[in-house]
Amino acid sequence: MTSKVIKGKVYVLKDNIDTDQILTAEFMKINPSTPEGYKELGSLAMCGLPETCPPFVNKETGKALHQIIIGGENFGCGSSREHAPVALGASGVQAVIAQSFARIFFRNCISTGEVLPVEISERLYDTLKTGDEVEILLDDQLVKIPHLSKELKIQHLGDLVNIVEAGGLFSYARKIGKIKYL
Amino acid sequence: MNQTLSQKILAKASNKKNVGNGEVVWTKVDILMTHDPCSPGVIGIFKREFGEKAKIWDTERHVMIPDHFIFTADAKANANIRLMRQFAKEQGHKYFYDVGTTNYKGVCHIALAQEGHNRPGEVLVGTDSHTVTSGAFGTFSIGVGNTDAAFVLGTGEIPLKVPPTIKVIFNGELNSHLMAKDLILQVLADLTTKGATYCAIEFSGEVIDNMTVEERMTLCNMVIECGAKNGIMVPNDSTLKYLEQRNSISFEVFTPDKDAEYAKVLEYDVTNMKPLVAKPHSPDNVAVINEAQGISLDRAYIGSCTGGKLTDFMAAAKVLDGKKVSINTFAVPATREVLDEIITTKIGDKSVYEILVKSGVNVSAETSCAACCGGPADTFGRVNEPKATISTTNRNFPGRMGNKKAHIYLASPYTVAASAVAGHIVDPKDYLN
Ligand code: SF4
Repeated sequence: MTSKVIKGKVYVLKDNIDTDQILTAEFMKINPSTPEGYKELGSLAMCGLPETCPPFVNKETGKALHQIIIGGENFGCGSSREHAPVALGASGVQAVIAQSFARIFFRNCISTGEVLPVEISERLYDTLKTGDEVEILLDDQLVKIPHLSKELKIQHLGDLVNIVEAGGLFSYARKIGKIKYL
Repeated sequence: MNQTLSQKILAKASNKKNVGNGEVVWTKVDILMTHDPCSPGVIGIFKREFGEKAKIWDTERHVMIPDHFIFTADAKANANIRLMRQFAKEQGHKYFYDVGTTNYKGVCHIALAQEGHNRPGEVLVGTDSHTVTSGAFGTFSIGVGNTDAAFVLGTGEIPLKVPPTIKVIFNGELNSHLMAKDLILQVLADLTTKGATYCAIEFSGEVIDNMTVEERMTLCNMVIECGAKNGIMVPNDSTLKYLEQRNSISFEVFTPDKDAEYAKVLEYDVTNMKPLVAKPHSPDNVAVINEAQGISLDRAYIGSCTGGKLTDFMAAAKVLDGKKVSINTFAVPATREVLDEIITTKIGDKSVYEILVKSGVNVSAETSCAACCGGPADTFGRVNEPKATISTTNRNFPGRMGNKKAHIYLASPYTVAASAVAGHIVDPKDYLN
């Protein structure tokens, strides 16, 4: 998340992707703060999607086949489970581009530094298909879609940008001297 | 000046005169709640960031409540409870409602209220999205993830963005077969699941002022389904009375300024309202009862932080008295106290418990979240097959109660109980004497 350019293939989803689709509630029993739990969560990323969707994770490697998710409105609605952004991050997803995010999911992405939530005003799930390539240029605050020659502005994060740039809540708190030890 | 209820509490907690929408403020937290699926993650991050031997910020302000995956043979779920036990022992928690002990309660949001942890004017955060339930007490309460919770655990503080507020006013006279659940479904129909994203919802109006504590909790509970950051109301008389019995710590009651600024105002006259049902697969897919009437059902479920309180079981019992359910019906009291109450509370000469059991409802004596969020395969009431279920819970996303193909309908306890008798969705009006 600290890299300034994120480039990769997209997995395209629609509006209202809820946390049960990102990680079904029963897997909340997995402890994300252990290395085994983290890895297992990665292999379960998007396990709640309907069976008709193309595979998200490579069964053998346990890693996501695409590094960027495209959503529509209200991505990550539902539960507060941090297991959801952690599962995405652990699977190798670097960013989610959507028109809007559910608040707690958005906040968890920022606090953990696991996945970058990118808000843009345009709906992309009609124009992009799974497997297309996009680039996120953080310095310029742009999303680039080379094969459509398109450039889209990223919505500004406001004060929270400081936490994103520090790489998460704890790094930020250390940087500004809120936590002094360790 | 021109501050909403949420702004006033955040200003006090961040030691400021007033706060503006969108401002990020370092907020002092009064209570942190963590439950079993999230405590291990929170503890893990806490130790990683503050050190193996670190002490939590306050042993009286971190409330640990196992409630989600507890009566199960699942090894991982049980390991999580053991981790909580070990941590409580290490740290000396005052409030750890451990399962298998007389201290055990049940669903965290109801336990927080019953044990007196919700206080007006305070800030409460919890690792569960329905932490917003505590807003019924005039508490600024929000759900957070493990990282934020671990930060609070070490420091007692959290940076929060001040939300703009949507004001929702309910006036008029509520029909006797309607409940708070119908009101919040109406709000969901109008705002949709994203209509209140990043916002606070502040409830007011004569209906809210006259409501019981438990019904007020139902309203705040489901603001998260509209995407809201928190739901909040000024404590009314019944809330203050409730607090008198359960809380001994002093608190400050805030009210919004007369000229407070709202992002939006929704005003309802409830007088002619009809019962509502949220159809699959979203809580905002709301239909008026006559449009849903006749949809055939396989099972019914009464429980959760939304619909598993004494009021909810009393409503169900009023419908079920002298009748029989025609489909499999499961009831899970949210907490031990609710279980005790349904045994001791009478309607006529029978207890609520007796009425439920006699009508054929399968009542669990093990209080917890149970099938509200599916849980391990051996969970009581879990929807393991693609069945049509009517439920007093709060979410009906695909797979929420177990099977991904199951159809879940959300409704009030009146509507759920009446539909359980009929075997299809009906208007509870015709089932109440
Ligand atoms: S009862 Fe359901 S909604 Fe409430 S805390 Fe438990 S799982 Fe969550």
